[in-house]
Amino acid sequence: MEAWLKAQSFSPFPFQEATWQHILNGESGLVNAPTGCGKTYSVFLGALMQFINNHPNNYQQQKNNGLQLLWITPLRALAKDIGRAMEEVIESLGMQWKVAIRNGDTPTAERAKQKKNMPEVLIITPESLHLILTQKNYPELFKTLRIIAVDEWHELMGSKRGVQTELAISRIVALRSAAANETGTIKPSGKVQVWGISATIGNLTEAKDVLLSSLNQSGAIVRAEIHKPIEVHTIIPDETERYPWAGHLGIKLAAKLIPIIEQSKTCLIFINTRGMSETWYQTLLQIAPQLAGAIALHHGSIEQELRLWVEEALHTEKLKAVVCTASLDLGVDFRPVDTVIQVGSPKGVARFLQRAGRSGHRPGEVSKIYFLPTHSLELVEAAALKTAIAAEAIESKEPMLLCYDVLLQYLCTLAIGEGFRAEEIYAEIKSTWCYADLQENEWQELLHHLTHGGNALQQYDEYHKVIQEDGVYHMRHKGMAMRHRMHIGTIVSDAMLKVKFMSGGYVGVIEEWFISRLEPGEVFTLAGRNLELVMIKDMTVLVRKSAAKKSIVPSWMGGRMSLTANLGHILRQTFSQALTPDAGIELQSLEGLFELQRELSHIPRENELLIEQIEDKDGFHLLVYPFEGRQVHEAMSAILAYRIGQIMPISFSISMNDYGFELLSDQPIPVDDSNAAALFSSENLLADIQKSINSTEMAKRKFRDIAVIGGLIFQGFPGQHQKARHLQSSASLLFKVFEEYDPGNILLRQAYNEVLVQQMDEVRLRQALQRISHSRILLSFPSKLTPLSFPIIVDGLNRNNLSTERLEDRIKKMQEQLNAQ
Amino acid sequence: MLAPLLHRIHQDHFWLSPERCIFWEEAQTLILSDTHFGKTGHFRKNGIAVPQQVFKEDLQRLLHQVMHFKPEQLIVVGDLFHSTENKELELFLKWRKDVGQTRMILVKGNHDILHENWYANADIEVREGIYTLGAFDFVHDPAAYEGSGTGRYFFSGHIHPGVSLKGTAKQSLQFPCFFFGKEACILPAFSRFSGLKMMRSKKTDSVYAIAEGRLLKL
Repeated sequence: MEAWLKAQSFSPFPFQEATWQHILNGESGLVNAPTGCGKTYSVFLGALMQFINNHPNNYQQQKNNGLQLLWITPLRALAKDIGRAMEEVIESLGMQWKVAIRNGDTPTAERAKQKKNMPEVLIITPESLHLILTQKNYPELFKTLRIIAVDEWHELMGSKRGVQTELAISRIVALRSAAANETGTIKPSGKVQVWGISATIGNLTEAKDVLLSSLNQSGAIVRAEIHKPIEVHTIIPDETERYPWAGHLGIKLAAKLIPIIEQSKTCLIFINTRGMSETWYQTLLQIAPQLAGAIALHHGSIEQELRLWVEEALHTEKLKAVVCTASLDLGVDFRPVDTVIQVGSPKGVARFLQRAGRSGHRPGEVSKIYFLPTHSLELVEAAALKTAIAAEAIESKEPMLLCYDVLLQYLCTLAIGEGFRAEEIYAEIKSTWCYADLQENEWQELLHHLTHGGNALQQYDEYHKVIQEDGVYHMRHKGMAMRHRMHIGTIVSDAMLKVKFMSGGYVGVIEEWFISRLEPGEVFTLAGRNLELVMIKDMTVLVRKSAAKKSIVPSWMGGRMSLTANLGHILRQTFSQALTPDAGIELQSLEGLFELQRELSHIPRENELLIEQIEDKDGFHLLVYPFEGRQVHEAMSAILAYRIGQIMPISFSISMNDYGFELLSDQPIPVDDSNAAALFSSENLLADIQKSINSTEMAKRKFRDIAVIGGLIFQGFPGQHQKARHLQSSASLLFKVFEEYDPGNILLRQAYNEVLVQQMDEVRLRQALQRISHSRILLSFPSKLTPLSFPIIVDGLNRNNLSTERLEDRIKKMQEQLNAQ
Repeated sequence: MLAPLLHRIHQDHFWLSPERCIFWEEAQTLILSDTHFGKTGHFRKNGIAVPQQVFKEDLQRLLHQVMHFKPEQLIVVGDLFHSTENKELELFLKWRKDVGQTRMILVKGNHDILHENWYANADIEVREGIYTLGAFDFVHDPAAYEGSGTGRYFFSGHIHPGVSLKGTAKQSLQFPCFFFGKEACILPAFSRFSGLKMMRSKKTDSVYAIAEGRLLKL
């Protein structure tokens, strides 16, 4: 191998050599390396070396060795390039290994071929790996397996796909150690090794522990100490608005991008939502028609062929710029890219760094990123990001715990193929990080759910999803098994419809809820084109090209992310510098805004909590600015609303953004200096959290994904809705039915738990409240909207309602208001 | 049970019950729609564990309504059953025996796909399309009738109508409702395992919201 490396004039990085040694020693672990530094080679070459060492004389002749390396990747798009790179190495080493890709796009014939003759390397997504577990005789496939590699583990961990990965690993590890015990060959080489590959996150050690949990080994962390310099530039508007309005400023600054694009070789322009990316693409073409043909659009709703073409053109330097969304966050490196532009807040330091890292790949090059604010307050975020990068304050990814929905899905998966034995699988599940704390009674409840469909006594029942025969749990119903296979996965998307031209030709997909609001004849934008809706037929949207100037840009839900707590903290400090000599260039440009804020109300310093009360035609607004990020604000606003509601019966509509939140009511809100501190107290927090969850929509929203993953909702695929017509129901209806008739349901409980753990994160909330208790609370009563309040009131995300009034009274009031109009 | 509200059409008296049905006094008829019996069973049979309790309670509620109004007949304006036959329907058959003296007429809806023998066996008279009784017509899907210009008033279901109440300070509440338009009444879905479609009402429409067991005229 060494000779080969020399012949390739490939001088390995120290982290690659270290990984190879660990692999040869039979260890497991986690490699931490940025993209574009040969992280693939670190694990892949290690696997090859191991094989060569075991077959020193005939490694070039060894054919059909069975599966050796299982390569789990979060992205289908990544698979091809990685596979190609691996094949090149194998070929130049003169080896006979085969590489195959397995994902949702793999044709059935290819799958059958793989089943008969397993390749040595299988590149696979977590979903497809679970699909393999539904096959008969799947344990055979893993008999020869040596290494499980999990690429981009930082992306998977912290999501339910990460939990899926944990479960699959626990199964394979247990299969192998059972086999090793049988044959009595318990040498280290007989066991499976697990290697994760991760970008830098705040909790690398925990990431490793989560991944290796089933192995019961501590494992190694190998860090690539490669520091790539990053240049961050903020695009400062010539004049800033005093009332920040999301989205409006950004487009006005579009002209400033043209010289940047022209001076770059290739430029990636990251936009946070698909809808805005459509707008940006159009705008850039309008102001710089000379870019036509040299600029492209890339996001998840665009036809795959077109996306692949864009990716290919990026490789070959045919494009000057690509307007994209998170769709290009991951993936192979596009070497020509030397500049990245981030439009709008990236919401977190890790994401910003990852995007910056997509430029300047070659060693010695600099990553260049421009930040373009979409409203003036984002200039403050730009300043905060710079500080965070300098301080290397990078977020952690929190692994998910006790996801019953994923577990139910997994148990069904196992029940289809070989069936499972309860005690065996229970031990395996307990070995994972996610389910380490699963209790025996919860496990029994899950089994009961699968076999009897819930706890309540049922009569005249035909629930037989999973049945137990001689201690083995099976899913016998063919139709159910087929539907289950189609629904394996934890990514829940809105119902999507295909968009096609009347004359034929596929454009992309679009959310059902968006298109169902349009009337035929209306024009909308997709894939950079203006399209006129003709009709919706058989789950397909038929359109024709439109020359209309005006069109509706779809807003994709889920496009808005919360600011991380980490960035929120730095943001608070940055804010404190407004109108002081410490203010950087970004804050200086906002002088007008800050002066207006000071004149009307107050500029909160780091040790202050500002509360504004404003009355206008909509009602009474109470605004609070903790700068903790939207997620914390959602929890805090619910608790505050609940506590105020204990003073008197009152109804609130609650909005929030990353800086603060708003409680809006039709009556004066009783908050003043006498009770403000008590309302933010951390006493009785847990009890108040629970009560406020029950009266808001948060659990209902969480339940949506859980219901899909846990098998309560069939999403179907476009065009196949008809088949399961009588099985359709909405998550909100199911939520209502469970709440009323089966409140102890395990999936319903998970919805509340997820709110409690993720949304309401008690520890973080308590910290925030304690910080506030040490701050000075400032109440102000501005005569009109302030610059800080404006974006929340006009454009904040309206998520929750909370009322302590009697329903009857609310209705009566609404009727009176209606009559008065 | 809370008192029903009176709604008059032509000269006839229609008593609206907050339990989602209408008693037509002159014809001694209880009108209801979209009971979707067997829906939970259909889901459960297909491996979706929804609680069966909602179905049982629907049956009990209907029994109470029959006992309360003592109608001579029931007219179900479609979607009496949710899908193909399943075991839960045995429970319905038992229920049917308990109210054996009451005539039962089903104006077929799109979900009513059981074999004709099944209905006969359950002593249910099935009507296809439009069924006429006195001055009124009954049809499942109002779209099949709307704008027909016959000048006759009709009762229908299918839509599962709901109404959204809006107040100041961005407040809004949603309820199932009885929707009386100019030429048709759309009944709320009787089944509590059913969603809502928000209706837009005109000045001439009468809408009764069902809120926590009470009827409210809007």
